[in-house]
Amino acid sequence: MSCERTEELIHAYVDGELDMVNSLDIERHLNECQICSKSYAALLALRSAVGSVYHAPPAQLHQRVASVVNRNLKPRSRSRTISWQWVAFACSFVLLNFLSWGVFHLLSRPSADDVLAHELVASHVRSLMADHLADVPSSDQHTVKPWFNGKLDFSPPVIDLDDQGFTLVGGRLDYVNDRPVAALVYQRRKHFVNLFIWPETNDSDHSGTTTTVQGYDVVYWRQSDMNCWAVSDLNMEELKEFTQLLKSRSSH
Amino acid sequence: MFRGSEERRNPLLEEHRREEFEASLLPHLAAAYNLARWLVRNDHDAEDVVQESYLRACKFFNGFHGGDGRAWLLTIVRNTCYTWFQQNRPRELTQSLDDAAGNIESDAPSPEAELLKSADRTLVSTALEELPLEFREILVLREMEGMSYKEISDISGIPLGTVMSRLARARKRLQQSLTLKMTREA
Repeated sequence: MSCERTEELIHAYVDGELDMVNSLDIERHLNECQICSKSYAALLALRSAVGSVYHAPPAQLHQRVASVVNRNLKPRSRSRTISWQWVAFACSFVLLNFLSWGVFHLLSRPSADDVLAHELVASHVRSLMADHLADVPSSDQHTVKPWFNGKLDFSPPVIDLDDQGFTLVGGRLDYVNDRPVAALVYQRRKHFVNLFIWPETNDSDHSGTTTTVQGYDVVYWRQSDMNCWAVSDLNMEELKEFTQLLKSRSSH
Repeated sequence: MFRGSEERRNPLLEEHRREEFEASLLPHLAAAYNLARWLVRNDHDAEDVVQESYLRACKFFNGFHGGDGRAWLLTIVRNTCYTWFQQNRPRELTQSLDDAAGNIESDAPSPEAELLKSADRTLVSTALEELPLEFREILVLREMEGMSYKEISDISGIPLGTVMSRLARARKRLQQSLTLKMTREA
């Protein structure tokens, strides 16, 4: 990587917003180039300098804010006297919350998927940030699919959806969920879809899971023994349409 | 201000929302104050802005659907600060970043990590306070709160690409100003 390019991307690198391939390139360059590694050290020094001048809120502000909340989110009569009845109610409320949270947690087992969804959205954002959408830019599925040969221990299904308004932009290697995965990039109008694919590893299938992370929609499903995750800033309807199209094409 | 409508509220719903409010927004009082303090640059006005922000947060809390309370609150704090500027320091809002950033970028010495590390807090404070509003804002959100580009873009209402370029300019500007101050002192 050149010094010029490093200077362009060093901020995204310092902020942890850069994709894996570019990050590795930068690290390699920083090892070799004294000038760039000096400016990298200066950025880190600046961060700790700025971090040292944090303003702590004065004690009376806590009280001012508490009284604002008191006045506006609770009938005044209740805030004056605390009856035992009220304490009992509060305790049961907390207990109920706790129990329902536990049941909800057991039933929906969201944690692992949530963590993964965050990771995928971060990957999606990084791919857009450094203009590093594709390692193999091509709208031809017969170019993109073979490109992954020898780079992954599986062969991802690459499906062209150009006739449906989702243009294949290319493919990229990414690293998610502690393993290398295939990322296929599609475009509809100005919006990009990152489709992450890797082989299934266990048999818990919660296909059809959808979620929204930091404003990005995420859909999970499974097809041909592969985990598929689509991430995009498209609206959920169009993203679901996208997944339906992929599912119907792959079954032919 | 809102007393008239209090009588008609459902106490159970109210209690529920209140708990949610306290759990999701009160822990971020320090972040709220820090942002306000760096934007308006004095203790007294920062406290007023934070109080007004929490009042607005109460008012609009029905629009909060869970998620990151800090980002939601800081968006309100930021907007409240800008209202404060409109009413009290309208000039600062019209200051162009290009004019403000143009004056020292040309031949300032290149920043040295060792030099920056030895800068004392007063010097850092002064240098940061002298930056234009948008630069202070983005540095507080990124360097002090550790927010992602996407979160900063949502809070400040600017595109992701602008977040990255503005952050780069803000850092460069602060580094140069600190370096100049350090060498002048020495």
